[in-house]
Amino acid sequence: MRFFENPSIDFMGLRRKAYLLSGLLIVVSLASIFFKGINWGVDFSGGTLLQVHVEGVDIGKVRSVVLGMGLRSATVQNFGEPNEFLIRYKENVDAGQVVKGLKDKLGKDVRLDRTEKVGPTIGRELKEQSIIIVIVALLLMLLYIWIRFDLYFGLGAVLALFHDSIITLGMYSLAGLEFTTTTVAALLTIIGYSINDTIVVSDRVREYLASFEGMKLVPSRLYEIFNKAINSTLSRTIITSFTTLIVVLALMIFGGPVLFGFAFTLFVGIVVGTYSSIFVVSALVYELKTRKARQAHGNK
Amino acid sequence: MPRADLVNLQKKSLNLGLDLQGGMHLVLQVDVSKVPEKERAGVVDRTVEVIKNRINNLGVSEPIVQKLGHNRILVQLPGVLDRDRAREIIGKTAQLEFRIVADEAVLKNTIDRIDRYLAGLDTLQTDTTDTLLMNRPFSSLLMQYGADYVVPEEYVDSVKKILSRPDIQKLIPPGYKFFFGNRVDAGNMVYRPLYLLRDRAELTGAYITNAYATVSQDPMNPNAPVVVLEFNPRGATIFARVTSENVGKRLAIILDNYVYSAPVIREAILGGRATITGLQSMIEARDLANILKAGALPAPVKILEERTVGATLGKDSIQKGTRAIIFGYLFVLIFMMIYYRVAGVIASFIQILNLFLIMAILAALNATLTLPGMAGLILTVGMAVDANVLIFERIREELRLGKSFAAALEAGYSRAMSAIIDANITTLIVALVLLGFGTGPVRGFAVVLSIGIVTSLFTAVFVSKVIFDYLIYIAGMKKVPV
Repeated sequence: MRFFENPSIDFMGLRRKAYLLSGLLIVVSLASIFFKGINWGVDFSGGTLLQVHVEGVDIGKVRSVVLGMGLRSATVQNFGEPNEFLIRYKENVDAGQVVKGLKDKLGKDVRLDRTEKVGPTIGRELKEQSIIIVIVALLLMLLYIWIRFDLYFGLGAVLALFHDSIITLGMYSLAGLEFTTTTVAALLTIIGYSINDTIVVSDRVREYLASFEGMKLVPSRLYEIFNKAINSTLSRTIITSFTTLIVVLALMIFGGPVLFGFAFTLFVGIVVGTYSSIFVVSALVYELKTRKARQAHGNK
Repeated sequence: MPRADLVNLQKKSLNLGLDLQGGMHLVLQVDVSKVPEKERAGVVDRTVEVIKNRINNLGVSEPIVQKLGHNRILVQLPGVLDRDRAREIIGKTAQLEFRIVADEAVLKNTIDRIDRYLAGLDTLQTDTTDTLLMNRPFSSLLMQYGADYVVPEEYVDSVKKILSRPDIQKLIPPGYKFFFGNRVDAGNMVYRPLYLLRDRAELTGAYITNAYATVSQDPMNPNAPVVVLEFNPRGATIFARVTSENVGKRLAIILDNYVYSAPVIREAILGGRATITGLQSMIEARDLANILKAGALPAPVKILEERTVGATLGKDSIQKGTRAIIFGYLFVLIFMMIYYRVAGVIASFIQILNLFLIMAILAALNATLTLPGMAGLILTVGMAVDANVLIFERIREELRLGKSFAAALEAGYSRAMSAIIDANITTLIVALVLLGFGTGPVRGFAVVLSIGIVTSLFTAVFVSKVIFDYLIYIAGMKKVPV
C-alpha cells in the first residue's frame, strides 16, 4: 500500500501562498489571544476550583445555589458529563463549606471529586516559568540545529516553531479551553514534535547538497534541491503525522475531559507543525540562503 | 505465593500519581522572615522533619514530604482527602509535654470499669464474676503488650469514639486522661499503645535547650542508644522536683498529643539533664532527639497550593487512560500492518515491546505514573513508529532504485539513521526541559516521554534490525514485504 508514489509537487512555488495563509492564521491567532484572551486555569490565575458529582440536578440549579452562597465571581460549568460540575472561584474558598452548602440546598448527595486551590504567587510564578521554559526550549532547538546543520536551518526552524506555537495558542484561545500546566507540556511536546519534521526534510536537503559539493549553488538549483527533499520525505511526513494524529484522536475521544485540552493542543499543533514543515520551513531557509547568495553576489 | 511476598511485589510495581489513586497535594511556604536572621539556616529542613513526624502519626502510607526550592515544602498524601487533616498537620504548633503515667492498678481498674459499664453492669461492684463480662466490650479491643495496652490500628477509631463519650469520661478517675502512643508498625500488625496519664503536664518543651542522641554510659547496659535532654535552669528545677517525687513511676514524653515513649524514672534527676532509654535503635534515638529539638514548627507555614483528587475520579481516569492507550495502540498497529505488511507486523511487535519496556523502566526507577504520563505512553507510540516509518520509506526508495532487498535494507537503515538520531535528540531535549518544569502530573508526562524516546530508539532501530537480519540471513527469506 502506498499513498504517494513519487510525488513531484512544486512546494517552493507555493511558498508565497503559504506565507499568506500563515500570515492570516497568525493575525487571527494574535487577535484572539489579545482580544478574546486566554482562559487561564486555576494553576495560573490563582483561586479555587471544585469538581463535584451530583446526580439528577441541572446546571442552572447548581449555579443558582452556588451564587446564592455569596461570591459573585463563581462560575459553574459542566465537565465532560451532565452529572459533573466545575465550580470556579477567583478567591480562596473553603471547599468543604461549598460542598456542605450544596448538600443542604440541593438535598442530594454531593461527591467532591477534585479540588484545586492555588495562591496568586504560585500562579504568577508559573506564568513566568512557562514563558521561560518555552524560550529555553526554542533556544536549545536553534542551537542544536545550528550545530548539526547551519544557522539558516536553525533560524528557519525556530521561526517555524514560533509560527506553530502562536497558531496553536491562538486556536486554544479561540476554543476557549482552560489553559493549565498540561497545556504547557503539550506546547513543548509540539515544539519537540514539529522540529522532527523539519529535521527530516533538512537532513535530506543536506544529503542532496552533499552531492553538489564544490559546485556553485545558484538559487534555481537550491530551489530544486528543496523541492526534491520535501517530495521524497513527503510520504514519511504524512504517515508519521497520521499515526500521531490517530493516537491524539484516541486521547480526545477516550481520554476524558481532563486530557481533552492536552489532546486538543497536540492535535492543532501536529496539523500546523506538519503544514509548516512542508510549506514554511524550507521556504524560509531558501529565502535566507538565497538572500545571502545575492548579497555575496552584489558585493563582488 | 505468600502474602508478604505479594505485598512486596505490589510495592515494586508502578507507583500511581495522586491524580490516579486519589489523595492530596500541598505546597507550603515557610515564612523565614519571622525567624531571627542568625537562626535561619536549617529552618526549612527542621520544618520538613516536624511535618514528617506529624504525618507519620496520620497513618498515611507512602507520604512524600520534601523541600522544594529554598523555602517551600511539597507534601503528598496518597489516599488522604480530608482537608481538615491538612490544617491539623500544619496549623498546630507542636507541643512537647511530660506527664506522669498512671499506676498500672489505676489503668486496669479504669479499663475494668469501662468494660462493666458497656456490658450494662454496676460499675461500683468489683467482686462479681458475672457471665456478662465474658465478652468484655472494651478491653476486647485492646491487647496487652508487656505492661502496656495497645490498640490495633483497625480499632483505634472505635476506641477513640468510646473514650470520647461523655458518659465514659465520667468513669475515668479525675485528674487522668487517656492518650494514644505513636503508631508502631510491627510488620505483621500496626498498633498504637494506649496510656492513662495525669491530666496535668509537669513540664513542656519550652524548657529544653538541647537534645542529642548518644550511647549509654551505664555499665549495666553499655552501648544502648539513648537521648540526652538538656533543660534551662528553670526547667532543671521543675524536672528535679518532678522526678524526685515520682521515682519508680513512668514519665511519658508527649508530642502533639501522642505519647512518644514512657521511660521509668529510676532516680531523681537533678543536673538539668535527662536521659531517655529503652530505645530500639540509634536511628530511633536520632529521630527522637531531632523531634525534641525541633518540637514546634520553627517558623510559620502557609499553604500556597492545595489539590485533592477523589478516589472515584482517580479510578475513572485510570479507566479512561487505559482505554485511550488500548485504542490508540490498536489503530496505529493496524494501520502499520496494512500499510507496511510484514514490516508493519515487525514494527507493531516492536511497539508492544516498547510499551512493556517503558512500564518496566518506570517501575524500576520507582517513577510515578500520572494521567498525563498515560497520555505520554500513547503519544510515544505515535511518535515511536516514526523511526520505523523513516526506515521503511527509505527502504522503499532504495528498492525503487533497483537495489536487492538486502542492499536496500542496509541502505535504508544507515541512511535513515542521522535523521532518526537528530529527531530523537531534539525531542529528548524538550522532554528534559519539561522535566525541570513543575511537579506532579506534568513531571510524570516528561518522565514517560524521556524514557519512551530512549526505549523506542533501541527497539525501533536495534531490535527491528535484528528481526530483519534473522528473516533474511538465517530464515533465508529473499525479501520481506515492505
